[in-house]
Amino acid sequence: MKRIIITTLLLLVILGIIIFLGIAIGSSGSNLNELWQAFTGTMAMDPILATIIQKIRLPRVLLAAEVGAALSLGGLVFQALLRNPLAEPYILGISGGAALGAILGILLGFSRFIGVSITAFSGSMLTLFLILVLSAGKSIMQKDALLLSGVMVNAFCSSVIMFAISMTHDSRLHNILFWIMGDFSLAGNEQVLILFLLLLPCFILILGLTHKMNLLLMGQEMAMSMGVNVKTITLTLLVVTTFMVSATVCHSGLLGFVGLVMPHLLRLILGPDHRILAPACILAGSAYMVACDLLARWLPFLVSVQGEIPAGVITAMIGAPLFIFLLKKTSL
Amino acid sequence: MTALQLENIKCTYGSQTVLKDISFSVSKGRMFIIIGPNGSGKTTLLRIISTFIKPKTGRIEICGRPCQTYTRKSLAKVLAFVPQEVPPDFPFTVEEVVMMGRAPHIGLLGLESQKDKNIAAQAMKFTQTDHLARRKLAYLSSGERQRVFISRAVCQEPEIMLLDEPTAALDLGHQVHIMDMMEKLKQEKNITIIMVSHDVNLACMYADSLLLLKKGRMISMGSPQEVVNFKTLEQVYECVLMVDQSPLGKFPRVTLTPQKFLKR
Repeated sequence: MKRIIITTLLLLVILGIIIFLGIAIGSSGSNLNELWQAFTGTMAMDPILATIIQKIRLPRVLLAAEVGAALSLGGLVFQALLRNPLAEPYILGISGGAALGAILGILLGFSRFIGVSITAFSGSMLTLFLILVLSAGKSIMQKDALLLSGVMVNAFCSSVIMFAISMTHDSRLHNILFWIMGDFSLAGNEQVLILFLLLLPCFILILGLTHKMNLLLMGQEMAMSMGVNVKTITLTLLVVTTFMVSATVCHSGLLGFVGLVMPHLLRLILGPDHRILAPACILAGSAYMVACDLLARWLPFLVSVQGEIPAGVITAMIGAPLFIFLLKKTSL
Repeated sequence: MTALQLENIKCTYGSQTVLKDISFSVSKGRMFIIIGPNGSGKTTLLRIISTFIKPKTGRIEICGRPCQTYTRKSLAKVLAFVPQEVPPDFPFTVEEVVMMGRAPHIGLLGLESQKDKNIAAQAMKFTQTDHLARRKLAYLSSGERQRVFISRAVCQEPEIMLLDEPTAALDLGHQVHIMDMMEKLKQEKNITIIMVSHDVNLACMYADSLLLLKKGRMISMGSPQEVVNFKTLEQVYECVLMVDQSPLGKFPRVTLTPQKFLKR
Protein backbone atom coordinates (compact mmCIF):
# COMPACT_ATOMS: atom_id res chain seq x y z
CA MET A 1 0.00 0.00 0.00
CA LYS A 2 2.74 2.41 1.03
CA ARG A 3 4.79 1.41 -2.00
CA ILE A 4 1.89 2.13 -4.35
CA ILE A 5 1.51 5.65 -2.98
CA ILE A 6 5.23 6.42 -3.02
CA THR A 7 5.83 5.20 -6.58
CA THR A 8 2.70 6.91 -7.83
CA LEU A 9 3.65 10.25 -6.27
CA LEU A 10 7.20 10.03 -7.52
CA LEU A 11 6.13 9.28 -11.07
CA LEU A 12 3.53 12.02 -10.88
CA VAL A 13 6.26 14.56 -10.12
CA ILE A 14 8.39 13.28 -13.01
CA LEU A 15 5.41 13.45 -15.35
CA GLY A 16 4.70 17.01 -14.22
CA ILE A 17 8.26 18.13 -14.95
CA ILE A 18 8.30 16.50 -18.37
CA ILE A 19 4.94 17.97 -19.32
CA PHE A 20 6.20 21.41 -18.27
CA LEU A 21 9.28 20.95 -20.47
CA GLY A 22 7.11 19.67 -23.30
CA ILE A 23 5.01 22.80 -23.20
CA ALA A 24 8.01 25.11 -22.82
CA ILE A 25 10.09 23.76 -25.68
CA GLY A 26 8.98 23.77 -29.28
CA SER A 27 10.08 24.12 -32.89
CA SER A 28 10.35 27.87 -32.35
CA GLY A 29 12.87 27.42 -29.54
CA SER A 30 12.60 27.12 -25.79
CA ASN A 31 10.57 29.47 -23.64
CA LEU A 32 11.42 27.99 -20.25
CA ASN A 33 11.90 31.33 -18.52
CA GLU A 34 8.77 33.01 -19.84
CA LEU A 35 6.64 30.00 -19.02
CA TRP A 36 8.06 29.70 -15.50
CA GLN A 37 7.45 33.38 -14.84
CA ALA A 38 3.90 33.14 -16.13
CA PHE A 39 3.43 29.99 -14.08
CA THR A 40 4.57 31.62 -10.86
CA GLY A 41 2.65 34.78 -11.71
CA THR A 42 5.61 37.18 -11.76
CA MET A 43 5.12 38.27 -15.35
CA ALA A 44 2.29 38.05 -17.87
CA MET A 45 2.88 35.97 -20.97
CA ASP A 46 3.34 37.28 -24.47
CA PRO A 47 -0.06 36.77 -26.21
CA ILE A 48 1.49 35.13 -29.28
CA LEU A 49 3.35 32.64 -27.15
CA ALA A 50 0.19 32.04 -25.13
CA THR A 51 -1.68 31.19 -28.30
CA ILE A 52 1.05 28.85 -29.50
CA ILE A 53 1.05 27.05 -26.22
CA GLN A 54 -2.71 26.83 -25.91
CA LYS A 55 -3.50 25.85 -29.48
CA ILE A 56 -0.45 23.85 -30.53
CA ARG A 57 1.88 22.66 -27.78
CA LEU A 58 -0.58 21.89 -24.98
CA PRO A 59 -2.92 19.63 -26.98
CA ARG A 60 0.07 17.91 -28.52
CA VAL A 61 1.72 17.22 -25.18
CA LEU A 62 -1.52 16.07 -23.60
CA LEU A 63 -2.33 13.77 -26.51
CA ALA A 64 1.14 12.24 -26.29
CA ALA A 65 0.61 11.69 -22.56
CA GLU A 66 -2.74 9.98 -23.08
CA VAL A 67 -1.38 7.79 -25.85
CA GLY A 68 1.68 6.75 -23.85
CA ALA A 69 -0.46 5.90 -20.85
CA ALA A 70 -2.99 3.84 -22.78
CA LEU A 71 -0.43 1.91 -24.80
CA SER A 72 1.73 1.06 -21.78
CA LEU A 73 -1.23 -0.07 -19.74
CA GLY A 74 -2.52 -2.04 -22.72
CA GLY A 75 0.82 -3.81 -23.05
CA LEU A 76 0.81 -4.66 -19.35
CA VAL A 77 -2.66 -6.18 -19.52
CA PHE A 78 -1.90 -8.27 -22.60
CA GLN A 79 1.38 -9.54 -21.16
CA ALA A 80 -0.44 -10.70 -18.04
CA LEU A 81 -3.44 -12.07 -19.86
CA LEU A 82 -1.56 -14.01 -22.52
CA ARG A 83 1.32 -14.77 -20.13
CA ASN A 84 3.68 -13.96 -22.96
CA PRO A 85 6.54 -11.50 -22.54
CA LEU A 86 6.36 -10.54 -26.22
CA ALA A 87 2.74 -9.48 -25.98
CA GLU A 88 2.05 -5.83 -26.79
CA PRO A 89 -1.12 -3.81 -27.23
CA TYR A 90 -1.27 -4.51 -30.95
CA ILE A 91 -0.86 -8.26 -30.67
CA LEU A 92 -4.48 -9.14 -31.32
CA GLY A 93 -4.47 -7.46 -34.71
CA ILE A 94 -5.59 -4.04 -33.52
CA SER A 95 -2.77 -2.27 -35.33
CA GLY A 96 -3.47 -3.97 -38.63
CA GLY A 97 -7.16 -3.21 -38.52
CA ALA A 98 -6.63 0.38 -37.43
CA ALA A 99 -3.99 1.05 -40.09
CA LEU A 100 -6.19 -0.41 -42.80
CA GLY A 101 -9.05 1.80 -41.69
CA ALA A 102 -6.83 4.85 -41.50
CA ILE A 103 -5.32 4.31 -44.94
CA LEU A 104 -8.76 3.88 -46.41
CA GLY A 105 -9.75 7.18 -44.80
CA ILE A 106 -6.62 8.94 -46.09
CA LEU A 107 -7.05 7.59 -49.61
CA LEU A 108 -10.69 8.70 -49.59
CA GLY A 109 -9.42 12.17 -48.75
CA PHE A 110 -10.96 12.47 -45.27
CA SER A 111 -9.51 15.00 -42.86
CA ARG A 112 -7.15 13.66 -40.20
CA PHE A 113 -9.58 14.51 -37.45
CA ILE A 114 -12.29 13.33 -37.22
CA GLY A 115 -12.60 11.40 -40.49
CA VAL A 116 -9.47 9.27 -40.42
CA SER A 117 -9.85 8.71 -36.68
CA ILE A 118 -13.27 7.22 -37.24
CA THR A 119 -12.22 4.92 -40.08
CA ALA A 120 -9.19 3.75 -38.06
CA PHE A 121 -11.32 3.11 -35.00
CA SER A 122 -13.86 1.16 -37.04
CA GLY A 123 -11.05 -0.88 -38.55
CA SER A 124 -9.66 -1.96 -35.19
CA MET A 125 -13.07 -2.66 -33.69
CA LEU A 126 -13.79 -4.83 -36.69
CA THR A 127 -10.66 -6.87 -36.01
CA LEU A 128 -11.62 -7.29 -32.35
CA PHE A 129 -15.02 -8.55 -33.47
CA LEU A 130 -13.37 -10.87 -35.99
CA ILE A 131 -10.99 -12.28 -33.39
CA LEU A 132 -13.77 -12.84 -30.87
CA VAL A 133 -15.83 -14.65 -33.49
CA LEU A 134 -12.84 -16.72 -34.60
CA SER A 135 -12.04 -17.87 -31.09
CA ALA A 136 -15.67 -18.06 -29.91
CA GLY A 137 -16.06 -21.73 -30.76
CA LYS A 138 -13.06 -22.58 -28.67
CA SER A 139 -12.55 -21.53 -25.11
CA ILE A 140 -11.54 -17.88 -24.81
CA MET A 141 -8.93 -19.10 -22.37
CA GLN A 142 -6.91 -20.92 -24.99
CA LYS A 143 -4.48 -18.08 -25.20
CA ASP A 144 -2.33 -19.54 -27.96
CA ALA A 145 -5.24 -19.69 -30.40
CA LEU A 146 -6.07 -16.09 -29.55
CA LEU A 147 -2.48 -14.99 -30.04
CA LEU A 148 -2.03 -16.80 -33.33
CA SER A 149 -5.23 -15.46 -34.83
CA GLY A 150 -4.08 -11.97 -33.86
CA VAL A 151 -0.73 -12.45 -35.56
CA MET A 152 -2.45 -13.76 -38.67
CA VAL A 153 -4.89 -10.85 -38.85
CA ASN A 154 -1.96 -8.46 -38.51
CA ALA A 155 0.01 -10.22 -41.23
CA PHE A 156 -2.92 -10.12 -43.60
CA CYS A 157 -3.59 -6.44 -42.92
CA SER A 158 0.02 -5.45 -43.42
CA SER A 159 0.15 -7.05 -46.84
CA VAL A 160 -2.98 -5.12 -47.84
CA ILE A 161 -1.30 -1.97 -46.46
CA MET A 162 1.85 -2.63 -48.52
CA PHE A 163 -0.38 -3.01 -51.53
CA ALA A 164 -2.10 0.31 -50.84
CA ILE A 165 1.25 2.06 -50.34
CA SER A 166 2.71 0.67 -53.54
CA MET A 167 -0.31 1.94 -55.47
CA THR A 168 -0.21 5.47 -54.01
CA HIS A 169 2.05 8.06 -55.59
CA ASP A 170 0.80 11.48 -54.57
CA SER A 171 1.07 13.52 -51.36
CA ARG A 172 -1.24 11.11 -49.59
CA LEU A 173 1.69 8.70 -49.38
CA HIS A 174 3.40 11.04 -46.94
CA ASN A 175 0.24 11.12 -44.82
CA ILE A 176 0.02 7.34 -44.82
CA LEU A 177 3.65 6.88 -43.82
CA PHE A 178 3.39 9.43 -41.01
CA TRP A 179 0.25 7.76 -39.74
CA ILE A 180 1.91 4.34 -39.69
CA MET A 181 4.97 5.70 -37.88
CA GLY A 182 2.77 7.52 -35.40
CA ASP A 183 2.77 11.24 -34.84
CA PHE A 184 1.10 13.97 -32.82
CA SER A 185 1.68 16.99 -34.99
CA LEU A 186 -1.98 17.51 -35.83
CA ALA A 187 -3.37 17.23 -32.30
CA GLY A 188 -6.24 19.49 -31.32
CA ASN A 189 -7.90 20.31 -28.04
CA GLU A 190 -11.20 18.56 -28.80
CA GLN A 191 -9.29 15.40 -29.71
CA VAL A 192 -7.55 15.45 -26.34
CA LEU A 193 -10.82 15.87 -24.49
CA ILE A 194 -12.66 13.11 -26.38
CA LEU A 195 -9.82 10.67 -25.87
CA PHE A 196 -9.63 11.55 -22.18
CA LEU A 197 -13.31 10.82 -21.71
CA LEU A 198 -12.92 7.48 -23.48
CA LEU A 199 -9.80 6.43 -21.61
CA LEU A 200 -10.81 7.38 -18.08
CA PRO A 201 -13.40 4.62 -17.52
CA CYS A 202 -11.04 2.05 -19.09
CA PHE A 203 -8.23 3.06 -16.73
CA ILE A 204 -10.48 2.86 -13.68
CA LEU A 205 -11.80 -0.56 -14.65
CA ILE A 206 -8.35 -1.99 -15.31
CA LEU A 207 -6.92 -0.52 -12.09
CA GLY A 208 -9.75 -2.28 -10.25
CA LEU A 209 -8.76 -5.64 -11.72
CA THR A 210 -5.02 -5.47 -10.99
CA HIS A 211 -5.11 -7.86 -8.04
CA LYS A 212 -6.92 -10.42 -10.17
CA MET A 213 -4.21 -10.04 -12.81
CA ASN A 214 -1.66 -11.07 -10.17
CA LEU A 215 -3.68 -14.17 -9.39
CA LEU A 216 -4.07 -15.03 -13.08
CA LEU A 217 -0.28 -15.30 -13.35
CA MET A 218 -0.49 -18.37 -11.13
CA GLY A 219 -2.52 -20.15 -13.80
CA GLN A 220 -6.21 -20.26 -14.55
CA GLU A 221 -7.14 -23.10 -12.23
CA MET A 222 -5.23 -21.59 -9.32
CA ALA A 223 -6.88 -18.23 -9.95
CA MET A 224 -10.27 -19.95 -9.94
CA SER A 225 -9.49 -21.67 -6.66
CA MET A 226 -8.81 -18.25 -5.12
CA GLY A 227 -12.19 -16.91 -6.18
CA VAL A 228 -11.43 -15.33 -9.56
CA ASN A 229 -14.10 -15.71 -12.20
CA VAL A 230 -11.49 -16.36 -14.86
CA LYS A 231 -13.75 -16.33 -17.92
CA THR A 232 -15.49 -13.08 -17.08
CA ILE A 233 -12.32 -11.31 -16.02
CA THR A 234 -10.38 -12.43 -19.10
CA LEU A 235 -13.11 -11.34 -21.48
CA THR A 236 -13.61 -8.01 -19.70
CA LEU A 237 -9.91 -7.19 -19.76
CA LEU A 238 -9.62 -8.25 -23.38
CA VAL A 239 -12.48 -6.11 -24.62
CA VAL A 240 -11.76 -3.07 -22.47
CA THR A 241 -8.07 -3.04 -23.35
CA THR A 242 -8.71 -3.48 -27.05
CA PHE A 243 -11.23 -0.64 -26.95
CA MET A 244 -8.75 1.56 -25.08
CA VAL A 245 -5.92 0.87 -27.50
CA SER A 246 -8.17 1.34 -30.54
CA ALA A 247 -9.44 4.68 -29.27
CA THR A 248 -5.80 5.68 -28.83
CA VAL A 249 -4.20 4.58 -32.08
CA CYS A 250 -6.94 6.12 -34.16
CA HIS A 251 -5.68 9.52 -32.92
CA SER A 252 -1.96 8.95 -32.94
CA GLY A 253 -1.18 6.32 -35.53
CA LEU A 254 0.81 3.19 -34.87
CA LEU A 255 3.24 4.20 -32.18
CA GLY A 256 5.11 1.04 -31.46
CA PHE A 257 7.42 -0.14 -28.76
CA VAL A 258 6.11 1.85 -25.75
CA GLY A 259 3.45 -0.78 -25.14
CA LEU A 260 5.99 -3.56 -25.31
CA VAL A 261 8.85 -2.08 -23.37
CA MET A 262 7.29 0.11 -20.70
CA PRO A 263 5.70 -2.76 -18.74
CA HIS A 264 8.97 -4.72 -18.87
CA LEU A 265 11.01 -1.72 -17.87
CA LEU A 266 8.81 -1.00 -14.87
CA ARG A 267 8.70 -4.68 -13.92
CA LEU A 268 12.49 -4.68 -13.76
CA ILE A 269 12.43 -1.72 -11.39
CA LEU A 270 9.24 -2.23 -9.39
CA GLY A 271 8.68 -6.00 -9.33
CA PRO A 272 5.77 -8.10 -10.55
CA ASP A 273 2.82 -6.69 -8.54
CA HIS A 274 0.21 -5.30 -10.96
CA ARG A 275 -1.31 -3.14 -8.26
CA ILE A 276 1.87 -1.06 -8.43
CA LEU A 277 2.64 -1.67 -12.10
CA ALA A 278 -0.67 -0.48 -13.53
CA PRO A 279 -0.64 3.06 -12.12
CA ALA A 280 3.11 3.20 -12.81
CA CYS A 281 2.51 2.22 -16.45
CA ILE A 282 -0.04 4.98 -16.86
CA LEU A 283 2.26 7.66 -15.43
CA ALA A 284 5.63 6.50 -16.74
CA GLY A 285 4.13 5.63 -20.13
CA SER A 286 2.78 9.13 -20.57
CA ALA A 287 6.01 10.73 -19.32
CA TYR A 288 8.03 8.65 -21.76
CA MET A 289 5.79 9.49 -24.67
CA VAL A 290 5.83 13.22 -23.94
CA ALA A 291 9.61 13.08 -23.70
CA CYS A 292 9.89 11.23 -27.02
CA ASP A 293 7.60 13.71 -28.73
CA LEU A 294 9.60 16.55 -27.22
CA LEU A 295 12.76 15.12 -28.74
CA ALA A 296 10.99 14.60 -32.05
CA ARG A 297 10.26 18.32 -32.18
CA TRP A 298 13.46 19.54 -30.62
CA LEU A 299 16.14 17.51 -32.42
CA PRO A 300 15.50 18.99 -35.88
CA PHE A 301 15.55 22.46 -34.28
CA LEU A 302 18.89 21.76 -32.58
CA VAL A 303 20.59 20.76 -35.82
CA SER A 304 18.67 23.51 -37.69
CA VAL A 305 16.82 21.28 -40.09
CA GLN A 306 13.32 22.05 -41.29
CA GLY A 307 10.43 19.79 -40.30
CA GLU A 308 10.25 17.18 -37.60
CA ILE A 309 10.68 13.50 -36.90
CA PRO A 310 7.60 11.37 -36.19
CA ALA A 311 7.53 10.54 -32.47
CA GLY A 312 7.22 6.86 -33.31
CA VAL A 313 10.75 6.89 -34.66
CA ILE A 314 12.16 8.12 -31.35
CA THR A 315 10.37 5.65 -29.04
CA ALA A 316 12.42 2.60 -30.00
CA MET A 317 15.59 4.49 -30.86
CA ILE A 318 15.92 5.52 -27.22
CA GLY A 319 13.85 2.84 -25.53
CA ALA A 320 15.63 -0.23 -26.87
CA PRO A 321 19.16 0.68 -25.69
CA LEU A 322 17.75 1.90 -22.37
CA PHE A 323 15.95 -1.37 -21.85
CA ILE A 324 18.98 -3.49 -22.68
CA PHE A 325 21.05 -1.44 -20.26
CA LEU A 326 18.55 -2.00 -17.45
CA LEU A 327 18.22 -5.69 -18.24
CA LYS A 328 21.97 -6.16 -18.03
CA LYS A 329 22.15 -4.24 -14.80
CA THR A 330 19.36 -6.03 -12.92
CA SER A 331 20.14 -9.57 -14.05
CA LEU A 332 23.65 -9.37 -12.64
CA MET B 1 -21.19 -33.10 9.77
CA THR B 2 -20.53 -33.76 6.10
CA ALA B 3 -17.88 -31.64 4.41
CA LEU B 4 -18.23 -33.14 0.95
CA GLN B 5 -20.77 -35.33 -0.73
CA LEU B 6 -20.67 -36.71 -4.27
CA GLU B 7 -23.56 -38.55 -5.90
CA ASN B 8 -23.35 -40.53 -9.13
CA ILE B 9 -20.60 -38.48 -10.69
CA LYS B 10 -19.89 -39.27 -14.31
CA CYS B 11 -17.28 -37.49 -16.35
CA THR B 12 -16.32 -37.82 -20.01
CA TYR B 13 -13.61 -36.36 -22.23
CA GLY B 14 -15.07 -36.54 -25.72
CA SER B 15 -16.34 -40.09 -26.15
CA GLN B 16 -14.11 -41.48 -23.42
CA THR B 17 -15.64 -42.05 -20.00
CA VAL B 18 -13.10 -41.01 -17.37
CA LEU B 19 -15.19 -41.41 -14.22
CA LYS B 20 -18.39 -43.35 -13.61
CA ASP B 21 -20.71 -44.03 -10.66
CA ILE B 22 -18.66 -42.10 -8.16
CA SER B 23 -20.57 -41.59 -4.90
CA PHE B 24 -19.09 -40.97 -1.49
CA SER B 25 -19.08 -38.53 1.35
CA VAL B 26 -16.38 -37.19 3.62
CA SER B 27 -17.14 -35.97 7.12
CA LYS B 28 -15.65 -32.82 8.52
CA GLY B 29 -12.18 -32.88 9.98
CA ARG B 30 -11.07 -36.11 8.31
CA MET B 31 -8.14 -36.95 6.07
CA PHE B 32 -9.44 -38.57 2.89
CA ILE B 33 -6.90 -39.90 0.39
CA ILE B 34 -7.64 -40.99 -3.16
CA ILE B 35 -5.27 -43.65 -4.52
CA GLY B 36 -5.10 -45.65 -7.73
CA PRO B 37 -2.88 -46.35 -10.73
CA ASN B 38 -1.94 -43.80 -13.39
CA GLY B 39 -4.90 -42.86 -15.54
CA SER B 40 -7.43 -44.10 -13.00
CA GLY B 41 -9.12 -40.70 -12.84
CA LYS B 42 -7.74 -39.53 -9.47
CA THR B 43 -6.72 -36.11 -10.65
CA THR B 44 -9.88 -35.67 -12.71
CA LEU B 45 -11.90 -36.45 -9.60
CA LEU B 46 -9.96 -33.86 -7.63
CA ARG B 47 -10.51 -31.28 -10.37
CA ILE B 48 -14.24 -32.03 -10.31
CA ILE B 49 -14.34 -31.52 -6.53
CA SER B 50 -12.42 -28.24 -7.03
CA THR B 51 -15.11 -27.32 -9.62
CA PHE B 52 -12.44 -26.63 -12.25
CA ILE B 53 -14.35 -28.96 -14.55
CA LYS B 54 -18.04 -29.86 -14.55
CA PRO B 55 -19.04 -33.51 -14.41
CA LYS B 56 -21.36 -34.78 -17.12
CA THR B 57 -23.92 -35.88 -14.57
CA GLY B 58 -24.13 -36.06 -10.80
CA ARG B 59 -24.42 -33.90 -7.71
CA ILE B 60 -21.76 -32.30 -5.56
CA GLU B 61 -22.46 -30.83 -2.14
CA ILE B 62 -19.82 -28.80 -0.37
CA CYS B 63 -20.39 -28.08 3.33
CA GLY B 64 -24.04 -29.03 2.93
CA ARG B 65 -24.74 -26.79 -0.07
CA PRO B 66 -24.94 -27.82 -3.74
CA CYS B 67 -21.79 -26.54 -5.43
CA GLN B 68 -23.65 -24.55 -8.08
CA THR B 69 -25.15 -22.30 -5.37
CA TYR B 70 -21.67 -20.93 -4.64
CA THR B 71 -20.05 -18.04 -6.46
CA ARG B 72 -16.34 -18.44 -7.25
CA LYS B 73 -15.53 -16.13 -4.39
CA SER B 74 -17.77 -17.74 -1.78
CA LEU B 75 -16.49 -21.17 -2.80
CA ALA B 76 -12.90 -20.00 -2.39
CA LYS B 77 -13.71 -19.16 1.22
CA VAL B 78 -14.47 -22.82 2.04
CA LEU B 79 -12.32 -24.67 -0.48
CA ALA B 80 -8.58 -24.24 -1.05
CA PHE B 81 -6.51 -26.02 -3.64
CA VAL B 82 -2.82 -26.91 -3.56
CA PRO B 83 -1.44 -27.69 -7.00
CA GLN B 84 1.34 -30.10 -7.81
CA GLU B 85 3.37 -27.42 -9.57
CA VAL B 86 3.11 -23.75 -10.50
CA PRO B 87 4.54 -21.93 -13.52
CA PRO B 88 8.32 -22.09 -12.93
CA ASP B 89 8.80 -18.41 -13.80
CA PHE B 90 6.25 -17.25 -11.23
CA PRO B 91 7.87 -13.98 -10.18
CA PHE B 92 6.50 -13.26 -6.70
CA THR B 93 8.12 -13.62 -3.28
CA VAL B 94 6.99 -16.16 -0.67
CA GLU B 95 5.27 -13.46 1.36
CA GLU B 96 3.35 -12.20 -1.67
CA VAL B 97 2.29 -15.71 -2.68
CA VAL B 98 0.99 -16.52 0.80
CA MET B 99 -0.85 -13.20 0.91
CA MET B 100 -2.62 -14.11 -2.33
CA GLY B 101 -4.52 -16.65 -0.25
CA ARG B 102 -6.44 -13.72 1.20
CA ALA B 103 -7.90 -12.95 -2.25
CA PRO B 104 -11.43 -14.24 -1.58
CA HIS B 105 -11.59 -12.29 1.68
CA ILE B 106 -10.42 -8.85 0.60
CA GLY B 107 -12.47 -6.06 -0.93
CA LEU B 108 -12.92 -4.69 -4.42
CA LEU B 109 -9.68 -2.74 -4.49
CA GLY B 110 -7.57 -5.81 -3.79
CA LEU B 111 -5.63 -4.24 -0.93
CA GLU B 112 -4.84 -6.21 2.22
CA SER B 113 -5.55 -4.94 5.74
CA GLN B 114 -3.44 -5.42 8.85
CA LYS B 115 -5.68 -8.35 9.77
CA ASP B 116 -4.85 -10.06 6.47
CA LYS B 117 -1.17 -9.50 7.12
CA ASN B 118 -1.46 -11.11 10.55
CA ILE B 119 -3.25 -14.13 9.13
CA ALA B 120 -0.56 -14.52 6.47
CA ALA B 121 2.16 -14.28 9.11
CA GLN B 122 0.46 -16.96 11.19
CA ALA B 123 0.09 -19.19 8.14
CA MET B 124 3.79 -18.85 7.38
CA LYS B 125 4.67 -19.66 10.96
CA PHE B 126 2.43 -22.71 10.92
CA THR B 127 4.14 -24.10 7.82
CA GLN B 128 7.61 -22.95 8.97
CA THR B 129 8.12 -20.78 5.92
CA ASP B 130 8.44 -17.47 7.80
CA HIS B 131 12.22 -17.43 7.38
CA LEU B 132 11.71 -17.58 3.58
CA ALA B 133 9.29 -14.64 3.48
CA ARG B 134 11.39 -12.31 1.31
CA ARG B 135 12.79 -14.98 -1.00
CA LYS B 136 11.53 -15.40 -4.53
CA LEU B 137 9.47 -18.50 -5.11
CA ALA B 138 11.49 -19.43 -8.18
CA TYR B 139 14.68 -19.81 -6.10
CA LEU B 140 13.26 -22.31 -3.58
CA SER B 141 13.63 -26.09 -3.55
CA SER B 142 10.54 -28.10 -4.45
CA GLY B 143 10.02 -29.05 -0.81
CA GLU B 144 10.09 -25.43 0.29
CA ARG B 145 7.84 -24.44 -2.60
CA GLN B 146 5.28 -27.05 -1.60
CA ARG B 147 5.27 -25.71 1.96
CA VAL B 148 4.71 -22.20 0.64
CA PHE B 149 1.73 -23.36 -1.38
CA ILE B 150 0.25 -25.11 1.62
CA SER B 151 0.86 -21.91 3.55
CA ARG B 152 -1.07 -19.97 0.92
CA ALA B 153 -3.95 -22.43 1.23
CA VAL B 154 -3.91 -22.11 5.05
CA CYS B 155 -4.03 -18.33 4.61
CA GLN B 156 -7.24 -18.78 2.64
CA GLU B 157 -8.82 -20.11 5.89
CA PRO B 158 -10.82 -22.86 4.17
CA GLU B 159 -13.00 -25.63 5.62
CA ILE B 160 -11.67 -28.10 3.07
CA MET B 161 -8.20 -28.35 1.57
CA LEU B 162 -7.60 -30.22 -1.68
CA LEU B 163 -4.11 -31.38 -2.60
CA ASP B 164 -2.87 -32.91 -5.84
CA GLU B 165 -0.05 -35.33 -4.99
CA PRO B 166 1.66 -32.98 -2.54
CA THR B 167 4.57 -35.36 -1.89
CA ALA B 168 5.15 -36.59 -5.45
CA ALA B 169 8.44 -34.81 -6.13
CA LEU B 170 9.81 -34.74 -2.60
CA ASP B 171 12.54 -36.59 -0.72
CA LEU B 172 11.76 -38.79 2.31
CA GLY B 173 12.21 -36.05 4.90
CA HIS B 174 10.03 -33.56 3.09
CA GLN B 175 7.39 -36.22 2.47
CA VAL B 176 6.94 -36.94 6.14
CA HIS B 177 7.11 -33.26 7.11
CA ILE B 178 4.39 -32.32 4.65
CA MET B 179 2.16 -35.17 5.77
CA ASP B 180 2.72 -34.34 9.45
CA MET B 181 1.79 -30.79 8.67
CA MET B 182 -1.44 -31.92 7.05
CA GLU B 183 -2.27 -33.99 10.11
CA LYS B 184 -1.62 -31.00 12.34
CA LEU B 185 -3.93 -28.88 10.16
CA LYS B 186 -6.63 -31.48 10.52
CA GLN B 187 -6.26 -31.76 14.29
CA GLU B 188 -5.66 -28.14 15.25
CA LYS B 189 -7.82 -26.31 12.73
CA ASN B 190 -10.35 -29.06 12.05
CA ILE B 191 -9.78 -28.70 8.30
CA THR B 192 -10.98 -31.53 6.08
CA ILE B 193 -8.10 -32.79 3.95
CA ILE B 194 -8.76 -34.42 0.61
CA MET B 195 -5.73 -35.46 -1.39
CA VAL B 196 -4.63 -37.54 -4.31
CA SER B 197 -1.57 -39.70 -3.70
CA HIS B 198 0.65 -42.09 -5.57
CA ASP B 199 2.24 -43.36 -2.42
CA VAL B 200 0.09 -46.12 -0.92
CA ASN B 201 2.33 -46.57 2.12
CA LEU B 202 2.27 -42.91 3.02
CA ALA B 203 -1.50 -42.83 2.46
CA CYS B 204 -1.97 -45.79 4.84
CA MET B 205 -0.04 -44.01 7.59
CA TYR B 206 -2.14 -40.85 7.59
CA ALA B 207 -5.56 -41.47 6.02
CA ASP B 208 -8.75 -41.80 8.01
CA SER B 209 -10.24 -43.29 4.89
CA LEU B 210 -8.96 -44.32 1.50
CA LEU B 211 -10.68 -44.41 -1.87
CA LEU B 212 -9.20 -46.79 -4.42
CA LEU B 213 -9.93 -46.03 -8.07
CA LYS B 214 -9.28 -48.00 -11.21
CA LYS B 215 -10.25 -46.96 -14.74
CA GLY B 216 -12.65 -44.36 -13.42
CA ARG B 217 -14.54 -46.70 -11.07
CA MET B 218 -14.54 -47.01 -7.31
CA ILE B 219 -12.93 -50.32 -6.38
CA SER B 220 -13.19 -49.94 -2.63
CA MET B 221 -13.43 -47.36 0.12
CA GLY B 222 -12.86 -47.46 3.85
CA SER B 223 -10.08 -47.42 6.44
CA PRO B 224 -6.60 -48.37 5.21
CA GLN B 225 -7.05 -51.74 6.94
CA GLU B 226 -10.18 -52.42 4.91
CA VAL B 227 -8.94 -51.18 1.55
CA VAL B 228 -5.33 -52.26 1.38
CA ASN B 229 -4.86 -56.01 1.04
CA PHE B 230 -2.64 -57.79 -1.41
CA LYS B 231 -5.46 -59.32 -3.42
CA THR B 232 -7.12 -56.01 -4.29
CA LEU B 233 -3.87 -54.17 -4.83
CA GLU B 234 -2.37 -56.82 -7.09
CA GLN B 235 -5.51 -56.73 -9.16
CA VAL B 236 -5.66 -52.95 -9.35
CA TYR B 237 -1.97 -52.20 -9.91
CA GLU B 238 -1.28 -55.36 -11.96
CA CYS B 239 1.95 -56.27 -10.22
CA VAL B 240 3.13 -58.63 -7.52
CA LEU B 241 3.41 -57.23 -4.02
CA MET B 242 3.23 -58.13 -0.35
CA VAL B 243 1.08 -56.53 2.32
CA ASP B 244 1.84 -56.93 6.00
CA GLN B 245 1.33 -54.97 9.21
CA SER B 246 3.50 -51.93 9.78
CA PRO B 247 5.78 -52.23 12.82
CA LEU B 248 4.50 -48.78 13.85
CA GLY B 249 0.89 -49.72 14.45
CA LYS B 250 -2.34 -51.01 13.08
CA PHE B 251 -2.03 -50.10 9.46
CA PRO B 252 -0.91 -52.05 6.41
CA ARG B 253 2.49 -51.81 4.74
CA VAL B 254 3.06 -52.56 1.10
CA THR B 255 6.30 -54.04 -0.23
CA LEU B 256 6.90 -54.29 -3.96
CA THR B 257 8.31 -57.54 -5.29
CA PRO B 258 10.76 -57.20 -8.17
CA GLN B 259 10.85 -59.84 -10.89
CA LYS B 260 14.13 -61.42 -9.69
CA PHE B 261 12.57 -62.41 -6.36
CA LEU B 262 9.70 -64.27 -7.98
CA LYS B 263 10.47 -68.01 -7.87
CA ARG B 264 8.77 -69.72 -10.73
